[in-house]
Amino acid sequence: MIREIAIRLNGEVRRAAVAPNETLLDVLRGKFGVKTPKEGCGRGDCGACTVLLDGKAVRSCLILAIEVDGQSVVTLEGVGKDKPTALQKAFVKNNVFQCGFCAPGMILSSAALLAENPQPTEHEVREALAGNLCRCTGYEPIVATVLEVAKKSAKKKPAARRARS
Amino acid sequence: MSIAHEFDYAKPARLKEALALLARPAPRAAAALAGGSVPLAGGTDLVAWLRDGAVRPGRLVDVKGLAELRGIRLQGGKLWIGAAVPFAEIIESPLVKKHAPVLVESSGMVASVGVRNRATIGGNVCSAVPCCDSGPTLLVHEATVHVATPRGTKRIPMKKWFLGPRRTALAKGGIVLGFSLPLARHAAAFAKLKRYRGEDLAQASVAVRVDAKGAWRVAYGSVAPTPIRGPKVERLLKGVKKPDAALLKKAAALAEAEVAPITDIRSSDVYRRLMVGVMLKRAVKLAAARLAGRGPDYGINVMEEDAQ
Repeated sequence: MIREIAIRLNGEVRRAAVAPNETLLDVLRGKFGVKTPKEGCGRGDCGACTVLLDGKAVRSCLILAIEVDGQSVVTLEGVGKDKPTALQKAFVKNNVFQCGFCAPGMILSSAALLAENPQPTEHEVREALAGNLCRCTGYEPIVATVLEVAKKSAKKKPAARRARS
Repeated sequence: MSIAHEFDYAKPARLKEALALLARPAPRAAAALAGGSVPLAGGTDLVAWLRDGAVRPGRLVDVKGLAELRGIRLQGGKLWIGAAVPFAEIIESPLVKKHAPVLVESSGMVASVGVRNRATIGGNVCSAVPCCDSGPTLLVHEATVHVATPRGTKRIPMKKWFLGPRRTALAKGGIVLGFSLPLARHAAAFAKLKRYRGEDLAQASVAVRVDAKGAWRVAYGSVAPTPIRGPKVERLLKGVKKPDAALLKKAAALAEAEVAPITDIRSSDVYRRLMVGVMLKRAVKLAAARLAGRGPDYGINVMEEDAQ
């Protein structure tokens, strides 16, 4: 059983014929040629396959492509398309990654956090990134940089922190 | 391809269609490969099991879009939580925060943000692994599971829900609609033991709940084939709103005696048994403090150093 699905991938409508047993990760990499989501553990533990589904960080290895027909998916390719975001620039400036395998997931999870909660506490940053494993850095530079970016954005425009109900 | 076997997929718009699909055998080609129809919600367990080949359905019936399975509301004097509500939504719900705040505490410890955005409470309870984080919490709330079947809706008390590892009282072809939780003034706490900070499955978990009269309910996870209640500790603590150190020690000893842990990859049976005593003490102290209007807000884990 093959079905055609249409998703808004990084702002652009893309179509593909998929079988029900193809994961979103399979289809992103194999059919759409989007290679930043990686397969690490294949069971939702490592976060290397993180994508944003309708704005929320999810595990593309645990989602069937057929499930997301009509939804919006953002991968790292869709973040900072024209020029790097403040978060990406800060990650580069602070040289936070070594091998980079976790980087797409880390950037997307951090971006989703900052979009929802622009001024997170350190605990909130660690919580948001707890599902993204990095075997190089010990996490310290990553967490520090997310906090640094949050602090800078607060100075720029002291927007009220979104009330967390 | 990461999932080896083939299956059909259907996303019915109505509950009736979903029930009909679950009752009907899967189409020929797929049925030749595997069994019948299986409901799909968040998929964070199911898709992993499909990849392993542990579950080989002929058809997946995607139920997460069904209106009957969505939403958190007060209904008939109870708190209703739809089966397809993801944990991320439970954590943010003002109604849950008000009426069953320990569910915020336990849901916040389920895996990681990326999983909680997708994984549903109904799926967690249907997966029925011994370490399921919602089990102990729903048990101490004496929640009722509402199940749709082709012959009408059934209500199953939580304590009759879990039959064994990955086995529940859900009859084939049924769909869990959601959970109703009785409302009462109470305080509660959830403690989860993990190998490290961040995401991990529970090595052991303890949920406790105490009402205004000092009636306690206790439940454990990961220390028996299913999440279980702790009747001996409940009887010991009955009527005590401010347990002293001597009583807590007795309660911990009883807790260690009323669980039946095994040794597996995450922990030894002895470690689990001993930690259940420690966890029970901390959880009871925390719930008692909360009942007295003191104690930290919900959303902490007493098993992490900075929570002490």
